[in-house]
Amino acid sequence: MILVLVDHDRGELDPLSLRALTAARKLGQDVEAVVIGKDGAGVAGVVGEYGAKVLHVAAHADITDYTPQASGRSLKDLVGKLNPAAVIAAGSPRGNEQLAHLAAFLDAPMASDCSSITLGTPHVVQRARWAGNLIEEANVHSPLLIASIFPFSVESESANASAATVSEFEPTLEASDTVVRILSRDSGESKSGGVTLTDAKVIISGGRGVGGPEGFSKLEELASLMEGTVGCSRVVTASGWRPHAEQVGQTGSKVAPDLYIACGISGAMQHIAGMKNSKTIVVINTDPEAPILNYADYAIIGDLHQVLPALTSAVRAAKG
Amino acid sequence: MDVLVCLKRVPLAGGTLILTPDAKDIETKHLGFGISPHEENAVEAGVQLVEQMGGSLTLLTLGPSDAEEQLRAQLAIGATRAVLLETDGQEWDPQATAAALVDAINAEETKFDLIIFGAESVDSAGYQIHVRVAHALNRPIVTNVKAMKIENGIASCERVVATGREHYEAPLPAIVTVRDGLNIPRYPSVPGRMQARKKPVDMKKAEPSVPKLEKLNLTIAPSKSTGAEILGNGAEAVPALVEVLKKIGAL
Ligand SMILES: Cc1cc2nc3c(=O)[nH]c(=O)nc-3n(C[C@H](O)[C@H](O)[C@H](O)COP(=O)(O)OP(=O)(O)OC[C@H]3O[C@@H](n4cnc5c(N)ncnc54)[C@H](O)[C@@H]3O)c2cc1C
Ligand SMILES: Nc1ncnc2c1ncn2[C@@H]1O[C@H](COP(=O)(O)O)[C@@H](O)[C@H]1O
Repeated sequence: MILVLVDHDRGELDPLSLRALTAARKLGQDVEAVVIGKDGAGVAGVVGEYGAKVLHVAAHADITDYTPQASGRSLKDLVGKLNPAAVIAAGSPRGNEQLAHLAAFLDAPMASDCSSITLGTPHVVQRARWAGNLIEEANVHSPLLIASIFPFSVESESANASAATVSEFEPTLEASDTVVRILSRDSGESKSGGVTLTDAKVIISGGRGVGGPEGFSKLEELASLMEGTVGCSRVVTASGWRPHAEQVGQTGSKVAPDLYIACGISGAMQHIAGMKNSKTIVVINTDPEAPILNYADYAIIGDLHQVLPALTSAVRAAKG
Repeated sequence: MDVLVCLKRVPLAGGTLILTPDAKDIETKHLGFGISPHEENAVEAGVQLVEQMGGSLTLLTLGPSDAEEQLRAQLAIGATRAVLLETDGQEWDPQATAAALVDAINAEETKFDLIIFGAESVDSAGYQIHVRVAHALNRPIVTNVKAMKIENGIASCERVVATGREHYEAPLPAIVTVRDGLNIPRYPSVPGRMQARKKPVDMKKAEPSVPKLEKLNLTIAPSKSTGAEILGNGAEAVPALVEVLKKIGAL
């Protein structure tokens, strides 16, 4: 049996978990899911649809919100009871963190960001390195495989199955497990049209070629016209032209919008890592040799300061 | 306030990666070395804390003897001293690395109030060495921190997520892992560089163990090989782009 940790935020399912469920199903064993916290029980319908027969719910009075070490402890308890062949989660910050707590409790190996898994003795995985620019093949020497799934290596596919049976259990927590947990939240700085980088369907992204903070108004105008948002390269955030929250890439956000327009961005490996899964990539760059062209679908060779205003008027005209 | 920062020597690769003939590593003949941006933020945070509150900042790395170069570069930013756990140059798996770091931390006379890690190493990105160290030392850990304050013996931390910011607290002694964007790391000054040459770096030999996560080989991930369709030059190419946007349904 494969146990999939399904992540949720106050009851709302993380869609990356569906990709993890899809990846787990491909291993050819029964799939069961686990959520941490009573609030998570509501996901039984969709995790069932995506192939989990049972949804285990870790319910405990001290788990009222995200509490990563308590998640690790709950997973450990469940692994002890169910003896799965693998515990799998999404390769998201939360997925990796909770699995790392499990791995630390068991002193067992953990393979993060896997794009392929073959169960066996040893287990063999392919995992992303350098933010997906390299693929590592590795043996995992442990009866239990603990692995997270590289977010863009699998699309979620429904199994059209019925709701999972809910099975509640109470983990045996220690006081130290609940010390670190979410105490409060602030909603994000409201961005253009309220679209966040990771949800945006259209991202107009700028790099050093934009030349300074003022130049970004051209990107903002097009972004709001297309109901998208502005992104940028690390040079831009490191120069203080734009807030760090807009950085795309290995150390910024990983995005996969329908349309990514890269303006004045050269295409360093670390930037590509964050946007190469975009559906359509358009480049505006003065340099016909810029490496980003190797990853793009379409390009205009030219000065973004001339191309963008013309594009904005044309888009406005086309929208009528 | 005694702070420890754990960092890792990594090649500074920006463009295309090339593999060694045995496909076990990336070819570094033509590359410089550094540490990952997250860890630069970790050192900057440590320097700022010691500036504000006094105390010491120690750096710790497990790596080849050449990692002294990265330690000296960060000593120049303002760290007090460094410890280098010397390997034969092979990368260790996360469990072995964490165990060696834990032994080294336990062997220190200083009981560090705060240990700072990068959120993930930029080359292997295992997302775990810090959590393993936290468990072994029985300390609370907050990961992916983008803003931090130390007040009344508590590390008050913020994590940025798609929906906004989450607030966490960890009583000291604690561990935090930080992300690019936490602060803007300073450049070393000339006097800083001079002083760094004289600051102590303790070298200790580290004995490897059999890896449980055993790297077999590497391959370069495929990219779109067709390349971009060039729509034209300058503003004149805009109508062609508008057609494309209509075709893909963006307009
Ligand atoms: C460990 C590590 C992690 C990193 N993480 C990230 C990350 O998360 N995100 C990230 O982006 N980078 C990251 N970087 C930095 C990355 O290596 C590059 O330095 C950075 O992406 C380059 O930004 P850029 O393309 O804006 O600038 P440059 O590389 O300087 O490119 C500028 C481009 O603009 C073009 N240009 C100039 N003027 C114009 C004009 N008027 N019109 C049109 N085009 C013009 C030029 O032809 C050039 O192609 C990381 C680096 C390291 C070492
Ligand atoms: N060899 C090493 N020596 C010291 N610290 C390390 C080493 N490898 C990783 N780390 C630290 O652990 C963090 C997480 O690494 P990882 O688990 O590989 O993603 C890094 O950002 C570093 O702070």
